[in-house]
Amino acid sequence: MKKLLYISFAALAIAACEPEFNNPVDEQGFYTSGEADFSNFVTVGNSLTAGYADGALYLQGQQNSLPYMLAGQFAHAGGGEFTQPLVNDNLGGLLAGGQQIQDNRRVLRIGADGSQVPVILEGTPTTDITNILEGPFNNIGVPGAKSFHLLANGYGNIANLEAGQANPYFIRMASSPDASVIEDAASQQPTFFSLWIGNNDILGFATSGGVGVDQTGNIDPTTYGPNDITDPNVFTGTYNTLLETLTTNGAKGVVTNIPDVTSIPFFTTVPYNAIPMDAQTATAVNESYSDYNNALLLAQGAGMITAEEAQQRTISFSAGQNAVVILDEDLTDLTALNPELRNLRQATVEDLLPLTTSSVLGTLADPQNPSSVIGVGVPLNDSQALTEVEIQLVVNAQTAYNTTIAALAEQYGLAFADTKALMTQVANGGISFDGGTIANTFGSGGAFSLDGVHPTQRGYAVVANAFIEAINDKYDATIPLLNPGTFPTVFVE
Amino acid sequence: MKKLMLLAVVLLTTVYTYAGGYRVALQGNRQLAMGHTGVAVINSSELVFFNPAGLTFLNQEFTASVGANAIFTNISFQNEQFGWSTEADNPIATPFNAYAAYKINDWASVGFGVYTPYGSGVEYPTNWEGSHLINDISLSAIFFQPTLSIKINERLSIGGGPIYATGNVNFNRNLDRSTTNTEGERLNVTIDQSGISAWGYNLGMMFRPTTDFTLGINYRSEITMDAKDGKADFQNIPSSLQSVYADGTFDATLPLPAELSVGFAYEINPRWLVAFDFNRVYWNAYEALDVKFSNGLESLNPRNYKNSSVYRFGVQYKANERFTLRGGYYFDESPVQSGYFAPETPRNDSNNFTGGFTLRLSQRLALDASFLYIHFDEIDESYNHYQENGQNVPFGGTYKNNAFIPGLGITYGF
Repeated sequence: MKKLLYISFAALAIAACEPEFNNPVDEQGFYTSGEADFSNFVTVGNSLTAGYADGALYLQGQQNSLPYMLAGQFAHAGGGEFTQPLVNDNLGGLLAGGQQIQDNRRVLRIGADGSQVPVILEGTPTTDITNILEGPFNNIGVPGAKSFHLLANGYGNIANLEAGQANPYFIRMASSPDASVIEDAASQQPTFFSLWIGNNDILGFATSGGVGVDQTGNIDPTTYGPNDITDPNVFTGTYNTLLETLTTNGAKGVVTNIPDVTSIPFFTTVPYNAIPMDAQTATAVNESYSDYNNALLLAQGAGMITAEEAQQRTISFSAGQNAVVILDEDLTDLTALNPELRNLRQATVEDLLPLTTSSVLGTLADPQNPSSVIGVGVPLNDSQALTEVEIQLVVNAQTAYNTTIAALAEQYGLAFADTKALMTQVANGGISFDGGTIANTFGSGGAFSLDGVHPTQRGYAVVANAFIEAINDKYDATIPLLNPGTFPTVFVE
Repeated sequence: MKKLMLLAVVLLTTVYTYAGGYRVALQGNRQLAMGHTGVAVINSSELVFFNPAGLTFLNQEFTASVGANAIFTNISFQNEQFGWSTEADNPIATPFNAYAAYKINDWASVGFGVYTPYGSGVEYPTNWEGSHLINDISLSAIFFQPTLSIKINERLSIGGGPIYATGNVNFNRNLDRSTTNTEGERLNVTIDQSGISAWGYNLGMMFRPTTDFTLGINYRSEITMDAKDGKADFQNIPSSLQSVYADGTFDATLPLPAELSVGFAYEINPRWLVAFDFNRVYWNAYEALDVKFSNGLESLNPRNYKNSSVYRFGVQYKANERFTLRGGYYFDESPVQSGYFAPETPRNDSNNFTGGFTLRLSQRLALDASFLYIHFDEIDESYNHYQENGQNVPFGGTYKNNAFIPGLGITYGF
């Protein structure tokens, strides 16, 4: 028996002799944090920080969220624990007192014929926002938050939800109903932070097809609607306050700018000329628009519109692919002349059609009326198209925000990741990784999840690498990169 | 006897690992202690494996040896670029051997051997960074070899016998580097088959120009293990991909390569004996591990092994009638070529140090002990032939292995 014991001990001793590397990467000191201190990393932002994808915040997305990936790499150089307000399941829908208030995530349904259609994943979600989590959390990414929301007290108060002054995601994790996002971040006294905010200050306007208001010139955000564009001065003031607060204790950090909303698959998937037609149908459709076209010439003759506008508004279909007919509120209103003379024109390559139009485009507005094809006989309405003029409003605000972000990053001595340039590259040729290319093609491109707006986990990994490179560069650190190829893209039902 | 039976059953159900490729060179504690030389060493019935021709030169009328080894093997992996570090948690393996030789008359002997020259047992943490290549594998093969040895004259003998091999395989890997189902579980496949059988042979010749100098040559044929209609189990497959990744059967082929050994032994005096063996292992038979599934999918995994050599040195010192000491060293070339460093056998050239002793317990019974330590230098290598979207995706980093293998056996003879 004693012998057996000895043998067991000997066996244990032998088994413990793991081979040691000359320079083990898992020992502190192999990677360095430079001038940064990652011991308490707190991150502030919106859905992109939360780990949102496929139209929902679900468990796996959080477990591969951008800041969680960063924290994992920071752990090689003194990074500490990184806590997140995890949801309960991989469905991602939200309940409020048992009532579902947010859809589940989207997944691909593959048909027997190989067809791939995004569908909402079935199931009853289990994450109820009335179940407040015990924090604090290192990840304070709040899906839907605009810049000024981060300063708003009561943004996590469920009593304000109905009025639209609170956010269901922040309600779950706020330290108290009246705490603001930035207060909850600052109270953790971060040694290092990341801030990515401002996307929703233009995104809501864009994805709503421009139904909101460009609030440039209005510096009172409490008067803004959900689809409005935030005034650039409001953005600058807010951003400055955020950075001032986050750097109070000398914390270092990384910030990033706002990518183009016009290059996300939400806007690049449905083409402006989405209507296929044969010659015979085209002739018939043109016939139905001949009164409208003739009236434009009369209006032009009367000097009510320019020849250019008359030309722009003339509806003409031909055999092949045709531009869709849209309502454009920025055209001259001629309905006083004749109520039938609506603000119609055909879209151009400069206009963008939201992904959501794909489900209605080409269908009958009135099932009894074969000439009520949406996009042909019935125009897309204001919310179903983002016109060139509306796009310009978005770009103007985005440019102003990005100027602010770059300038304040410089002023506060922070690392700056150029996510805008990165996403532009994704949209123009893509970014190669060891298993292919990450591009912005909807569904198959690998960069964007099935909501057409948020990155996939692989896309987030590419963004995280841009963050790490910026941090290494700024603070003389040697944080290792992530391998995007090891992160999933879209999910199949 | 019951205990022995039980032990045998336990041993039969375990798996082994280590050595160049999946060769497990542990075919006898006496010879292992001498650097696993033995093609020209006339010592015990371990000759059934090392060189069947030598049986007729044994002095005893009957001799048998039974032994086993415990393999403690470690694989550490790291990748500096991404900060990965992983250690394989390999199961302890216990290969075994049993040999017997009987002298029919002055010029003929018969023998029988049961041994386990191939196997592998590697277990990485599930879903580790290289899980698209392997999560875990267990391979084992048991060889049964009846043997006949003929003495042509006082200086020359020949011997040989057929080998019946029976083997098992169980292998799991993820389908790719990233895909999960909606619950976040990685898609993976397990292939499993037991009772795969095949035939081969073992031939040898031994020449003794003088009584203290022996030359030997031995050839063991390649044995091809064909897994046919084994079980293929695809796991965590999303419902709309069920038809693509249907469970079913698989076919695959794994060659157990041929091995040629030449060597000599020299008895300096009645106390001291030295031996040298050279092994050539014909690993080029292992071109690819291709698995064909009944659902139409194929997994093509080039291996492209090269033939490799092993250089063995052994020494034996008879201290007294009761006690014999042994030591040895061998250099084992890896058959794995650069760029084909798959993590199921991520081994480079190794330096091997052996030692052991025999303790005579009685006139008939002796205890044999051995110890082998395998040292590998750390190596930066990769496997470059995994494909994603039609392009090669290398997987690599730094590997470091080692292994500690104590062994114990008994020899009985008269």
